[in-house]
Amino acid sequence: MIALLRVAKFVVSLCSLLFIVSFLPGQSVYSQDTASSVNNLPPITVKAYDTENDAGSSITVEWSDPGYWRREGFNGYRLSRKNVASGIEDSLDVLPTGHVLHEDRSVSDDSSYTYTLAVLINGANLTSTSTEVVRSSKQWFDNRLTWVLILGLIICGAVIYFIESAKRGTKLFLRRIAGLEAIDEAVGRATEMGRPILFIAGIQDMDDVQTIAGLTILGSIARTVAEYDTKINMPVCTSLVMTAARETIKHAYVTAGRPDAYNDDMVRYVTNEQFGFVAAVDGIMVRERPAACFLLGAFFAESLIMAETGNSIGAIQVAGTAMPAQLPFFVAACDYTLIGEELFAASAYLSGEPRQLGSLKGADVGKAIAMIVILVGVIATTIASAWNSESMLWIENLLRQMFSTG
Amino acid sequence: MKHQIPMLILSAVGTLLVVSVFVPSAQHWGEDATLYFDIIAVFAFFLGGGNLIRVHTEKVSHKSAGWIYSVVTLLGFGIMLVTGLFKIGNPNGIAGDLSKSGSYFQLLFQYVMSPLNSTMYALLAFYVASASYRAFRAKNTEATILLVAAFVILLGRTALGVLLTNWIPAQLSVLQIPNLAIWIMNAPNLAGQRAIMIGISLGVISMSLRLLLGIERTYLGGDS
Repeated sequence: MIALLRVAKFVVSLCSLLFIVSFLPGQSVYSQDTASSVNNLPPITVKAYDTENDAGSSITVEWSDPGYWRREGFNGYRLSRKNVASGIEDSLDVLPTGHVLHEDRSVSDDSSYTYTLAVLINGANLTSTSTEVVRSSKQWFDNRLTWVLILGLIICGAVIYFIESAKRGTKLFLRRIAGLEAIDEAVGRATEMGRPILFIAGIQDMDDVQTIAGLTILGSIARTVAEYDTKINMPVCTSLVMTAARETIKHAYVTAGRPDAYNDDMVRYVTNEQFGFVAAVDGIMVRERPAACFLLGAFFAESLIMAETGNSIGAIQVAGTAMPAQLPFFVAACDYTLIGEELFAASAYLSGEPRQLGSLKGADVGKAIAMIVILVGVIATTIASAWNSESMLWIENLLRQMFSTG
Repeated sequence: MKHQIPMLILSAVGTLLVVSVFVPSAQHWGEDATLYFDIIAVFAFFLGGGNLIRVHTEKVSHKSAGWIYSVVTLLGFGIMLVTGLFKIGNPNGIAGDLSKSGSYFQLLFQYVMSPLNSTMYALLAFYVASASYRAFRAKNTEATILLVAAFVILLGRTALGVLLTNWIPAQLSVLQIPNLAIWIMNAPNLAGQRAIMIGISLGVISMSLRLLLGIERTYLGGDS
């Protein structure tokens, strides 16, 4: 008991001592953050410049704080702007700790400005000197995208070259795409079974290139359907897709010489709601039991629900999307899957038209560039990190710069 | 003319959108072009709504198979349309905000639409199980590799995976199941995904060029 009392007495004494010591000048943790030490810091430097790669009306103000933000009583930075011609001064904003940059979007390209920055500490304002006179302007090209433009031009140039070359009669080889070869088989099976074909062009609108790719394949399928005299059923979730799909199917029926067999009700609008659309499509699958289901377009979480329902009714399923996250679901649940680029190649493949085939060959040039760049990048990065090679580091940085858009 | 005018619009807007990426001062042109698309899509909604009413009214009047579902569809469409259009039960009347809690439209959305959507989404869990069962059957070498990889990833994301292999010394920590799972996701899986993404990007470029140059016209109801 006595020992316990002694320990308690010692703890109380120690706390009292620490309490007294904390009041002694120069001993507090915060004591070094006095106004005098603030005054010892070098002045804050501020620079203003026209914001790069923008459409004008924007000036970027950047400053470097030597340590004022660490001081007790720091309340932020107050940025002020002065119009040189009119002399009007505006207080722009109070920016908290951590800010070293501010983009002023309220300027006019016709005026020149200077900026000052005040550090607010305990009500006192430590103001920087004014920046040099600056004026905003618009840029006609985003410099960060130079390499993107160059690479884009090379690939587009290659596509156009091969299109022209195909027009002149150059024979182009195209590998077999099993999913597209299966279209005739799927439509033939539906005809034999006397059941309809279900076509879904994804759940996006006409502004998505995947939907357009889906509709181009629909044209070929509808022509086969018309020739085989089978029924096609196409629920859609946007009105514009409905209109475009009707035109596509109508033309296919006319081309097949059976315009009388075309009916607007082959394509019907269901709903824009994602899962409402899935419920409707699943219901159609279960009630009408189509012999073949084509799921070609942009799909999200609904992909597996539709594909599995199609699988459960025993339909031949051909799916294709450019959504990498949905591809595994289609591979697992469908008979044939068009993976990514195959969806976009389908229309050229099915039409067999030389100009379209030429465009595919042009895209292959892009693939060759990608392969070379990956190989060079892997070698350069490995050598740079293993042997600290300056030249390899330069190549690595160049490649990073080429494929960076930020 | 039926095909030429849409082709012209497509080429002009497509070129404008490409230019707006590279020219900062043309960025708002691209934004405006996409805004015009939204406006057209809103008008097109009347086509969709009209088609929905016509198809289901015909089904009900002919008493076609499953006509009772069409009655439900028409009722759902009508009720949502009327409560939304006339802001029935809206606390602030016809001039108030439709998204305010208490309006019948909001109640219908919250207590009918959302639970129905969630129900459909929840079905995904069962479909994932059945699809995984089929996909992971070790029928050939590729399927066996897929099965092993999936097993490692599943195990690596559970406490059991940690328990089973935390005896492996730090020097060989890469062999611990959670680390193996991370490696599978970050190396082979990511490499495969990126390869697909590169293919997709090139496919989009090629497809876009065919559209801009007017080589691809199937979607307009024309020959390609």
